[in-house]
Amino acid sequence: MSSQQGSAPYYFVPGPSRWPVLGGLALLATMAGAAAWVNSVLWGPELCVIGILSFLTVLYKWFGDSIRESEGGLYSARIDTSYRWSMSWFIFSEVMFFGAFFGALFYARSISMPWLGDLDNKVLWPDFAAHWGNAGPAGTIEPFSTMGPFPIPTINTFLLLTSGVTLTISHHALRAGHRMKTAAWLFATILLGATFMGFQAAEYMEAYTDFNLKLTSGIYGSTFFLLTGFHGFHVTIGAIMLSVVLYRVLKGHFTPDHHFAFEGAAWYWHFVDVVWLGLYVVVYWL
Amino acid sequence: MSSTTAVDHAHDHSHDDHAHEHPHGWRRWLFATNHKDIGTLYLWFSFTMLMSGGVLALLIRTELFQPGLQFFKPEFFNQLTTMHGLIMVFGAIMPAFVGFANWMIPLQIGASDMAFARMNNFSFWLMPPAALLLLTSFLVPGGATAAGWTLYAPLSTQMGPGMDMAIFAIHIMGASSIMGSINIITTILNMRAPGMTLMKMPMFCWTWLITAYLLIAVMPVLAGAITMTLTDRHFGTSFFNAAGGGDPVMYQHIFWFFGHPEVYIMILPAFGIVSQIIPAFARKQLFGYASMVYATASIAILSFIVWAHHMFTTGMPVTAQLFFMYATMLIAVPTGVKIFNWIATMWRGSMTFETPMLFAIGFIFVFTMGGFTGLILAVTPIDIQMQDTYYVVAHFHYVLVAGSLFALFAGYYYWGPKWTGFMYNETRGKIHFWNSLIWFNVTFFPMHFLGLAGMPRRYADYPAQFTDFNMLASIGAFGFGLTQVYFLFFVIIPSIKGGKKAADKPWDGAEGLEWTVPSPAPFHTFETPPVFK
Amino acid sequence: VVDSPGGPKVLGMNFQPPVTEIAQQIYDLHNLMLIICLVIFLAVFGVMFYSILKHRKSLGHKSASFHESTGVEIAWTVIPFLIVIGMALPATKTVVAMKDTSNADITIKVTGMQWKWGYDYLNGDGAGISFLSNLATPHEQIVDSTKVKDDNYLIEVDNPMVVPVNKKIRIITTANDVIHSWTIQAFGVKQDAIPGFVRDTWFKAEKVGVYRGQCVELCGKDHAFMPIVVNVLSDADYKTWVDGKKKEMAAQADDPNKTWTIDELKQRGEKVYTANCAACHQATGKGVPGAFPPLDGDPVVNGPRAAQINVVLNGKIDGALQMPAWKAVLSDTEIAAVITYTRNNWSNKAQENIVQPAEVLAARK
Ligand code: HEA
Ligand code: HEA
Ligand code: CUA
Ligand SMILES: [Cu+2]
Repeated sequence: MSSQQGSAPYYFVPGPSRWPVLGGLALLATMAGAAAWVNSVLWGPELCVIGILSFLTVLYKWFGDSIRESEGGLYSARIDTSYRWSMSWFIFSEVMFFGAFFGALFYARSISMPWLGDLDNKVLWPDFAAHWGNAGPAGTIEPFSTMGPFPIPTINTFLLLTSGVTLTISHHALRAGHRMKTAAWLFATILLGATFMGFQAAEYMEAYTDFNLKLTSGIYGSTFFLLTGFHGFHVTIGAIMLSVVLYRVLKGHFTPDHHFAFEGAAWYWHFVDVVWLGLYVVVYWL
Repeated sequence: MSSTTAVDHAHDHSHDDHAHEHPHGWRRWLFATNHKDIGTLYLWFSFTMLMSGGVLALLIRTELFQPGLQFFKPEFFNQLTTMHGLIMVFGAIMPAFVGFANWMIPLQIGASDMAFARMNNFSFWLMPPAALLLLTSFLVPGGATAAGWTLYAPLSTQMGPGMDMAIFAIHIMGASSIMGSINIITTILNMRAPGMTLMKMPMFCWTWLITAYLLIAVMPVLAGAITMTLTDRHFGTSFFNAAGGGDPVMYQHIFWFFGHPEVYIMILPAFGIVSQIIPAFARKQLFGYASMVYATASIAILSFIVWAHHMFTTGMPVTAQLFFMYATMLIAVPTGVKIFNWIATMWRGSMTFETPMLFAIGFIFVFTMGGFTGLILAVTPIDIQMQDTYYVVAHFHYVLVAGSLFALFAGYYYWGPKWTGFMYNETRGKIHFWNSLIWFNVTFFPMHFLGLAGMPRRYADYPAQFTDFNMLASIGAFGFGLTQVYFLFFVIIPSIKGGKKAADKPWDGAEGLEWTVPSPAPFHTFETPPVFK
Repeated sequence: VVDSPGGPKVLGMNFQPPVTEIAQQIYDLHNLMLIICLVIFLAVFGVMFYSILKHRKSLGHKSASFHESTGVEIAWTVIPFLIVIGMALPATKTVVAMKDTSNADITIKVTGMQWKWGYDYLNGDGAGISFLSNLATPHEQIVDSTKVKDDNYLIEVDNPMVVPVNKKIRIITTANDVIHSWTIQAFGVKQDAIPGFVRDTWFKAEKVGVYRGQCVELCGKDHAFMPIVVNVLSDADYKTWVDGKKKEMAAQADDPNKTWTIDELKQRGEKVYTANCAACHQATGKGVPGAFPPLDGDPVVNGPRAAQINVVLNGKIDGALQMPAWKAVLSDTEIAAVITYTRNNWSNKAQENIVQPAEVLAARK
């Protein structure tokens, strides 16, 4: 497609598209369904699922359009730069989203937990000894054990770190123009991600059955499951992105010097990696 | 800024310039990818929301006209207050500025459109669904959320399904804001006309660039906070519940980490608009362009370290109280720089006072009063006395209504001719301005006294000693509201339908690329970039 | 309507007269800030309006061409910076003083509840006293606009908090359900009451009198109807009050093992219900659809009594619906009485129609 680059407009502006407004409708259905669902309204789950499926369909169509435009040679180098800026700042917004949960963990652990156990609060909670990983002062929460770094989280750390390496090898292969090698290493990356998710699921199972550690296990359970859960969700998204990229590699969409979709997905994957390292330290070790 | 020229490049492109015809009918709006159309959509949406939020405000003022519960049950009153705040902040002011950004940023920097035209439309078409969720939440059992626009836990945990609808609505609006900001940042960084360096860019673009960064940094944090509220409500987590080791005050920290930058999100673009208008009507270049940029950036950076000035009465350690007091007071310095620069721009200019200039001057004057009351609130001991009283309500309406909203009006009068191709009626513009200014003050000035005398906010009923000033405020509110109805029917609609044709550059002191294109701006502009000198 | 001494004035435009050292400091700080801001305001807008009057095109004024000056920019950065520092310094002293809750003579725990206040005297003179404080304004005055409103409309309570003059009182705040906030403007005190946490503040009132405030954190529907009244008495009067209050409490303290007749319980229960339950479940027992469930015809109220005792003692969370726990607020007798009342009132005719205090006592364990 680089042959067509010369004919690309200065900055391609797509014509009218039905996908954005349909996407808005799909999200309306998703969110209205979700609001109904959490309030046990009968049609809630159905509406929510219909919304999600329609939204995915919209995305599929929408990205199909973009890919066609890209393959049709309409994207100049300037558009490539736009994609780079936008992906970077999108990832930054994701960093801030995780920041909220890391912040909550920090605050709960270092500020409110000691506060609950200090002298003044003896008026309310006379027998409460504050330490991280307890079941809260009210005694309404079933006892549970906390999650350590061994073995699963450590294995998972290795898996994700390795996946970062395989992805880089794949990228080098792409730049060198070896399509099958690119695809193979990319596939390995996705596989590592899937294995990670498998272990994560096993860990949750263990938490619920052996540790009695649940979403309802006080602030420890809340932060543990929301942090690891949102991370797992992002791994899934990253893996889906990489799968689409893999498909496009196999279709021959990318050239050695024109493949931002690959790079964007790779940036995202590395970001998910880094978040995991943060989690690994503050959730499992400290 | 020096003079500008649009160089007409020869049409040497192999592709078809008119691959997409000018679309017509409802498809034009639903499937829009044109920044001007999307800007128009945003502006109409936000005006509709201003009306809806305004009607809620009038219901509040009706109930508060006299002591006693005349019209509404207190639980419904709380819904009114909450929804008024949410709708005004997320539905009226923020999208209005995005509408301005859509219309003006590409025109000001000489870009053909926004960087991601389809995503731009997606950002817009997320807003009506969110508004729908918010507004219909009045109809579900238990009604809309009544926990205040700040949605403090654990009161928010007690609410009915209306709360969940609000949470999901805010999620959608947050996604919209983030995509909108990414679009704006990318457009500004990547699509400026050749020759337009960052430090030659119009101030409005600068303020929006910085605002977009604020949005990207804090909207996800708000999403996190309300997600925790959601899981606390339905999935048994204990983030904000002491019984399980959580902390209600933690919600406030996370919320205000978003909330304080949020108020600057609502004022920085206003600063940008005013910075365009004052030089145009003083016929003199903006004084201290560079220092304006630095001041804007300083305000944005400082806004991240002042959030707990909303929490002085939660009982923080004394060091924290002092830190947040000092940091908050510091913001007066860069804001002052902006005020001084505007006045220095006016100084020894050659001023005329058409409606945009009147609103801009009104903005400076009344916003500064709001800034001063903010500064007074920043002093911890005084804030402890006045926190959660009408003094705070007065403060933020001074900066939001006479600040953000007046700047939006100013911007409408300034750029409206470029949008519609017609001049508004100057006399009517002036009527709109003077009525707005006077009724605004009648409404909100007495609230300072109410607050000082101790009237708490979010009260459906109040001790009879507060009656007189409340009556005055209610009368003012209706006056202000009618003035905005006048604005719609006697200013906006006539100037869309017709009137005096607007020149390409209707203001002789105005500068910038937007004035090099015809009025109304054609559907496609700057498809080949102009050269900016 | 007339001014409320210790509360708001008619057409009041400033803080209420301070009666503590801290409130006085706040008052002075505010005046200082107001004056500085006013001076800056006049100076800045004096310049602006001069320019608006003189430098206009209609007067033929030609625009100058200057547009920047580093010196000026530095000046108007540094000078406001210094002014701001000047404002912050005196405030710092007050902040530190406000936070010093050590060496209190009397410590009182204040508990915010939807929608009333509870006071427990923990240390010092009067330790052991504990009571609830409810809005005293009659309901008709609120909803019926033909009724004349008292001078202390919405700022009067049945049981005010009472403290001696010139003694350092430490207030510990906490809450049972959501966040409330306790304030008396004349004392310069405002402290949020946070469920599950305690926070503290202090005051030392220098003048005998009645002082009034209102809950200042949105806490649900009756946020505007949970005022705060503090009665500051001379030492001697305070002693008398303490003695009286202790006697009253002793008289009221019911023997939880006494057996009551059903009519006694129903009578007592109606009082308890009106003071504590009617706010949500309504006097009609019909509740508020979507927000508060009805008791009239409710299966728990008409079913086995153990279940109802449990709900009243420990509360219940059902999605967004939250029944508070009453075990710390009401006595065994009160709980037994109110349950008995609900089981026999409206259309309810429960089989197990009477609950004795002893059963509640037993259920607490
Ligand atoms: C557009 C929105 C906006 C803006 C711009 C501001 C600007 C400021 N605000 Fe405001 N604020 C709100 C919106 C805004 N605020 C809202 C919505 C709330 C309530 C939220 C809620 O609880 O619901 C709030 C509440 C609020 C509080 C908490 C009150 C309470 O609940 O107890 C405080 C306390 O510090 C505060 C302070 C300030 C300060 C110091 C500024 C400063 O930025 C002001 C700076 C400007 C000036 C000072 C004037 C110009 C300067 C000069 C002329 C220079 C010379 C001056 C000096 C040297 C003094 N604000
Ligand atoms: C962001 C912008 C914004 C704007 C523009 C406004 C605009 C107004 N606000 Fe707003 N207000 C907030 C943001 C805003 N507010 C926030 C954040 C809160 C805090 C909420 C909380 O505590 O949680 C608040 C709270 C608040 C309160 C305190 C409520 C309480 O504590 O219980 C009051 C009380 O008077 C009030 C009044 C008004 C009025 C009279 C207007 C007017 O300016 C509105 C004018 C507009 C119109 C009136 C619409 C136009 C007219 C029509 C559509 C036709 C009908 C008109 C007539 C028949 C006359 N507001
Ligand atoms: Cu209790 Cu407001
Ligand atoms: Cu703030």
